[in-house]
Amino acid sequence: MRKIRVVIAKPGLDGHDRGAKVIARALRDAGMEVIYTGLRQTPEQIVGAALQEDADAIGLSILSGAHNHICPRVMQLLKEHRLDDVLVVVGGIIPDVDVPKLKQMGIAAVFLPGSPMQEIVDFINRHVRSRVENI
Amino acid sequence: MKSATTETDKARWERETLQPALAQSPERAASFTTISLRPVDRLYAPDDLRDIDYGRHINHPGVFPYTRGIHPTGYRGKLWTMRQFAGFGTPEETNERYKQLLRAGGTGLSVAFDLPTLMGRDPDHALSLGEVGKCGVSIVSLADMERLFDGIALGDVTTSMTINSPAAMIFAMYLVVAEKQGADWRTLSGTIQNDILKEFIAQKEFIYPPRPSMRIITDIFAFCSKEVPRWNTISVSGYHIREAGATALQELAFTLRDGIEYVQYGIEAGLEVDDFVPRISFFFNAHSDFFEEIAKYRAARKIWAEVMRDRFGARQERAWKLRFHSQTAGVSLTAQQPYNNVIRTALQALSAILGGTNSLHTNSLDEALALPTAEAATLALRTQQIIAHETGVANVVDPLGGSYFVEQLTREMEEGALKYFESIDRMGGMVEAIEHGYPQREIAESAYRFQQAVERGDKVIVGVNDYVAEEDAPIPTLYIDETVAQRQIDRVETLRRERDHDKVSRALDALRRAATGRDNIMYPLVEATRAYATLGEMCDALRDVWGEYEEVPSI
Repeated sequence: MRKIRVVIAKPGLDGHDRGAKVIARALRDAGMEVIYTGLRQTPEQIVGAALQEDADAIGLSILSGAHNHICPRVMQLLKEHRLDDVLVVVGGIIPDVDVPKLKQMGIAAVFLPGSPMQEIVDFINRHVRSRVENI
Repeated sequence: MKSATTETDKARWERETLQPALAQSPERAASFTTISLRPVDRLYAPDDLRDIDYGRHINHPGVFPYTRGIHPTGYRGKLWTMRQFAGFGTPEETNERYKQLLRAGGTGLSVAFDLPTLMGRDPDHALSLGEVGKCGVSIVSLADMERLFDGIALGDVTTSMTINSPAAMIFAMYLVVAEKQGADWRTLSGTIQNDILKEFIAQKEFIYPPRPSMRIITDIFAFCSKEVPRWNTISVSGYHIREAGATALQELAFTLRDGIEYVQYGIEAGLEVDDFVPRISFFFNAHSDFFEEIAKYRAARKIWAEVMRDRFGARQERAWKLRFHSQTAGVSLTAQQPYNNVIRTALQALSAILGGTNSLHTNSLDEALALPTAEAATLALRTQQIIAHETGVANVVDPLGGSYFVEQLTREMEEGALKYFESIDRMGGMVEAIEHGYPQREIAESAYRFQQAVERGDKVIVGVNDYVAEEDAPIPTLYIDETVAQRQIDRVETLRRERDHDKVSRALDALRRAATGRDNIMYPLVEATRAYATLGEMCDALRDVWGEYEEVPSI
């Protein structure tokens, strides 16, 4: 069985990359293949990376409040590229009222400040395992 | 243990008093560490300070090396400036918040800009999508700056502006507003953060590559020493370095080493140390480990004084004195049980005050969730006022001076920082260290180690990994709606239609010429501002000349 492949991305103008980097390391230490895109990625670049890297999951780190613009665009582009089965999770500062909206558009989970790294590792393991096994 | 003949007093206590006590009841843990995972001893005693010379290492306040503070009277003369960082939405909304903070007894202004402004992009740029007015106030041109300070006399308040890559442009806008209000540039006082090195290291809001970025800064030094002599040209910031995951020691070391780099570049640009160094100020984090923070501030003052005098030969006392702003640790705030954040912030503020901060921002309880509401921002200010007026801690200068623990920790922080200086000097300087990714890696490593300590339960965060509540009652939060973006976009479109196009393009050409050559870019920036060039246009003119910096991603 091949390793789970995760793209960790920082969309938008925000440069606060502490969370993205900590999570990237935790996923890597948990045995996943992690591709960190770096800062200021457009939705097009993020989906491009997922396509090129044959990603099983995408983790978006957003702290600036731009999630309502970025997430729908990422989900739409995934659909256009027939990557609907890629698991998308979001981490960062997301107001409670926005969480249901994000889930409705297909974001599998939203991890708020204080979420343990292990919880994120477990979530990705649980939800992409089936896809990885089919390959 | 040493032999009985040379046994110290502390060693005797350990043998006679401590060991029997430990045999009866062990301690809570095998070892104890600060929040930076630095081990601390059980007890500090006179033995620990035997080789410290009071006059040389500590000394009285107001006297070199200023370990106990730069003012002989501490806060008995003047309290620290209570400067609350604020900004959101449109300039009008933020203007209203400033007036409210000044009415509530705030004594200085501090501007938070939104991400498009921080990155030098106009609101109608593709990359600004979803970001306008979200993390701060949106400032597009001189017109917005006039709205931001409407009814606030810039000659009478001091203003701090958290702006880095586009600091020169925003500063030019501030100067032109002041001029229009009739204020004299020579009497204006305030601060621009203007600290690009920590952007490369931690906060990552950079535009141009490191070397032209450093040139902008030395241009600002030269411009201000001639035209705006009371302005603080740079606020060398450890705050963001700490928030990104650095330990207290790394914050101290990287920040001061950044300061040294700016001084070095200023000298290489032909400036006199005693002319520009007194206008350099600092900005530190006030984190949760109480004594470690106090030791950090005290060590910072001592190191800076000695480096300025001995390494750079500064002769003016003003160049030796490290002045600093501090802000409580945003990263320590929790979304869970948000009222706990009031307590965290109060204790952090107390450490900054006991460490001799010159100005202070206290975070609001709701900031792990959103930008603060007006009520939360007022409560944060009240926290400072209660410490200032009710606790009595401001009545005595450096009340912790002489504490065995604090003095020993101050010394350890100093020694650790000097070791980091040596490593960075060996790399050729901080610009080179950054280009090698050295401080970035050190910080990422510390961030990961701390997170692991939290998950193991070695570090308890109340309400997060212990004392967890079933469910948190929601608290009111500020929500920035999307009409802000549209309003700012409409405004910039109107501005572009109505202003004098030829004047704008002549000014931008002059700016490009200055950037290509060696003329100070501040003068053409002031002219472009007067012509109502937008922030994005001014930044683009320099992008044409210098290009943009891209970080190589690494984890």
